[in-house]
Amino acid sequence: MREPLIFDQGRPGRRAPSQAPAVAAATDDLPVGLIRRTPPPLPEVSELQVVRHFTRLSQLNFSIDTHFYPLGSCTMKYNPRAANKMAMLPGFLDRHPLEPEAHAQGFLECLFDLQEMLKAATGMSGVSLTPMAGAQGEFAGVAMIRAYHRARGDSARDQIIVPDAAHGTNPATATMCGCAVVEIPTGPDGDVDLAALRQVVGPRTAGIMLTNPSTLGVFERRIAEIAEVVHGAGGLLYYDGANLNAILGRTLPAAMGFDVVHINLHKTFSTPHGGGGPGAGIVAVNDRLEPFLPIPIVGRRDGAAGHEYRWLAEAERPKSIGRLSGFMGNAGILLRAYVYMRLLGAEGMRRVSGYATLNANYLMKRLADAGFAPAFPRRRASHEFIISLKDVTRDTGVSAMDFAKALLDKGFHAPTTYFPMLVPECLLIEPTESEARQELDAFAQALIDIRDLAFKDAAAVKSAPLTLPVRRLDEVRAARQLDLTWQSRTDSPPVRLPQTPN
Amino acid sequence: MPFIPHTTEDTAAMLGAIGAHTIEDLFDEIPAALRVDGLAAVPVGLSEAAVTRLMRERAARNRATLCFLGAGAYEHHIPAAVWEIATRGEFYSAYTPYQAEASQGTLQLIYEYQSMLAGLTGLEVSNASLYDGATAFAEACLMAVRGARQARARRIAVPRYLNPVWLKVARALVAGQDIELVEMAATAGRTDLDALANLDGQEFAAVCIPYPNFLGGFEPVDELTNWAHARGMLVIAACNPTALALLKPPGEWGEKGADIACGEGQPLGIPLSSGGPYFGFLTCRKALVRQMPGRLVGGTVDVDGRPGFTLTLQAREQHIRRSKATSNICTNQGLMVTAATIYLSLVGSEGLRRVAAQCHANTRDLVAALCSVGGVTAPLGPFFHEAVLTLPRPVAPVLQQLAAAGILGGYDLSADFPELGSAVLVCATELRIAEDVAAYRLALAGVLGVAVAA
Repeated sequence: MREPLIFDQGRPGRRAPSQAPAVAAATDDLPVGLIRRTPPPLPEVSELQVVRHFTRLSQLNFSIDTHFYPLGSCTMKYNPRAANKMAMLPGFLDRHPLEPEAHAQGFLECLFDLQEMLKAATGMSGVSLTPMAGAQGEFAGVAMIRAYHRARGDSARDQIIVPDAAHGTNPATATMCGCAVVEIPTGPDGDVDLAALRQVVGPRTAGIMLTNPSTLGVFERRIAEIAEVVHGAGGLLYYDGANLNAILGRTLPAAMGFDVVHINLHKTFSTPHGGGGPGAGIVAVNDRLEPFLPIPIVGRRDGAAGHEYRWLAEAERPKSIGRLSGFMGNAGILLRAYVYMRLLGAEGMRRVSGYATLNANYLMKRLADAGFAPAFPRRRASHEFIISLKDVTRDTGVSAMDFAKALLDKGFHAPTTYFPMLVPECLLIEPTESEARQELDAFAQALIDIRDLAFKDAAAVKSAPLTLPVRRLDEVRAARQLDLTWQSRTDSPPVRLPQTPN
Repeated sequence: MPFIPHTTEDTAAMLGAIGAHTIEDLFDEIPAALRVDGLAAVPVGLSEAAVTRLMRERAARNRATLCFLGAGAYEHHIPAAVWEIATRGEFYSAYTPYQAEASQGTLQLIYEYQSMLAGLTGLEVSNASLYDGATAFAEACLMAVRGARQARARRIAVPRYLNPVWLKVARALVAGQDIELVEMAATAGRTDLDALANLDGQEFAAVCIPYPNFLGGFEPVDELTNWAHARGMLVIAACNPTALALLKPPGEWGEKGADIACGEGQPLGIPLSSGGPYFGFLTCRKALVRQMPGRLVGGTVDVDGRPGFTLTLQAREQHIRRSKATSNICTNQGLMVTAATIYLSLVGSEGLRRVAAQCHANTRDLVAALCSVGGVTAPLGPFFHEAVLTLPRPVAPVLQQLAAAGILGGYDLSADFPELGSAVLVCATELRIAEDVAAYRLALAGVLGVAVAA
């Protein structure tokens, strides 16, 4: 199935007239030299064509709502519809961000409650909701660490330590904050190499960025020692909350010794992934870093009529690292997370980590029993785990990428492939708590069937996918012969507007 | 158990297969000293019905008002189809299109979006979005420093009447890389061309030109573009996307056109939504594509020669390049881009031009109506859909009284720009009909204690 570009479906003069003013208002008072002479190349289509086109495009996607989506590190769990519906109530949706606080008490109360629940979930004492994605939360965290050291007059601390298995955003963030990245290796059991850590810490150490459970799908057991080493050297600990789903209500980043945390609300707290965002990367900190939190923050005071909620900004928070968004971050996403957390409650949050971990360990066991090779067979899986296909690849030539594509043909979204890079031919599999046992069994069987086929007819696996709108795409061509817009495909000169606009 | 499908039998069988007795056993690698029993400070879970009641009550406490406030977020008509389609589960609950074959819908949509934004700004390349207008501006500055011909130029010249919050955000985001944003002098609500000579002798990577500027008016875009290019600087346009249907695109400014354009995408079908999520757009000349942060979608063919789409030039990005990436951005604002692409398809170029023209006409009517109230004046020149009014009294109490009467009267400029006096920035989009304007005029007259004819 293919769908033509919306631009190729248009006819000159066709419109959706009810969506714009019926007549074109006069604009002859605008400076003549600034008037646009060539209309922008937007499609000329009817409303039905638009609805049909984008509905058809949606049908070319895999999604959580249509497919099992065990994309490791991304926590593709069910996104409750209630969260979307509540966040889109007109009282929230139609509100201008700069409206007076008195008009926004219901909205601010939701955000204040959310701040409090996130403090509870992390054990931290301060929260800022403004970072708009995990990577921005990381930026906020490292910027706060730098501000903390500077405020103490300790400005030589410009190194951020990152394990080799870390998300790429960690080193990229350190660079954005003007820090040098010091990479440390992972030991054979999946834990950080403590001896290597001891060697690199020192007076230039600003901090360390860790994910726990790590991106290898195992809990870093010596986290308390790591904290001791880093704090002992004068550095701080940054918790990348990408894998918080695994420990929700079981342990707290604060208890592990972390000073700052970001949480991807689109992972643990089930806000939509939206085809690549919007996310939300809230940050939580302990007392040391609290003065440096990005602004604005929601405060509460007792007024004549009960609680009054208000924004705390430059005036109240002079040491803040500043603003990271034009207003207050991805407000509507924060509301969705709030609804989800209220639906779960404390017990529900603990169940999330319990069943996410149960599903991962069950699926890992099923695959191990079937002869697949977990990367850390003697370790408990967290909410996700890695299998390495290197033996299958060696024997058949069928790679992790081939498995991924073959899974698509069987109606499963592929796990994360080739990350973390230190495990060869790896699949990082995160089933999440919202999948039933029967779904996990079917997925395990699909992997078994693909492996059987790999040994019988490797070429058949390597030809996958066969049932999707396209087969494997030529990525080299995409990068070498850049085709980034429809305009770049057409040689026809742009249409010129009449000199006197109607 | 909310959103967990396991029956008691399932759980028992699964634990049995693992060889564990309880779910608690699965956490035995977490040292005992670090474990907690639960989250006492989190309230108990509620049913969907109870949460619905709670959220409706809170939403109802957010008072509805008649909005003449812009300052970076604008209330426009959003066709019903936009969010009906954008929230389809296949868009809403998918993720970044890493598996291209299973994500052709999202990929084609982004390609169409890139085409529309490149076309609107008159440049060749668009990325798949950034978080919002403010961060898009910050990324544009970083991109300009990387792409600058003068390798050591770490300064960006910014006009006085740039969105003050954008300036704060950009400063927060570029501070770690020792990049400086230097303000240019202004006169009469726009950059003072005569004062540019004061910047001679300093090296700049780029100049930023807001379009329209924060006061709703027009910078001397052609002169500034030529001035910057003559000094080897890049030109960053920070534009309102609605205005671009009516106004000459940045790619046509001056003799060579702007090099980079960025802006807040919210006006394109995104609800005000208390401040977000919105999206930032970023477009540029093809020569700068490798400095672009964020996702890019490209067309290609599959093994059978059929056309398709895939993420491309990923070697710029953090998951490949790590500490040497163009930015740390990973997740962007995919769902908002979905909405914006549907919006732009529905209104088309003629529809968007009419929206822009109506915004301009309504703001012109608003300014005329309010200036008929004694003591209110419009001191500056031409504007798009926001304009500065000076009031005979301090602005804050006037806005407060208007708000009490259910009117959001505009943005108080006196703190950020004291040189303007008691100045308020007002906005009327295409949604503000004549009755709305009349209501504002009457309310303002009441607050100022001036008699006007009804």
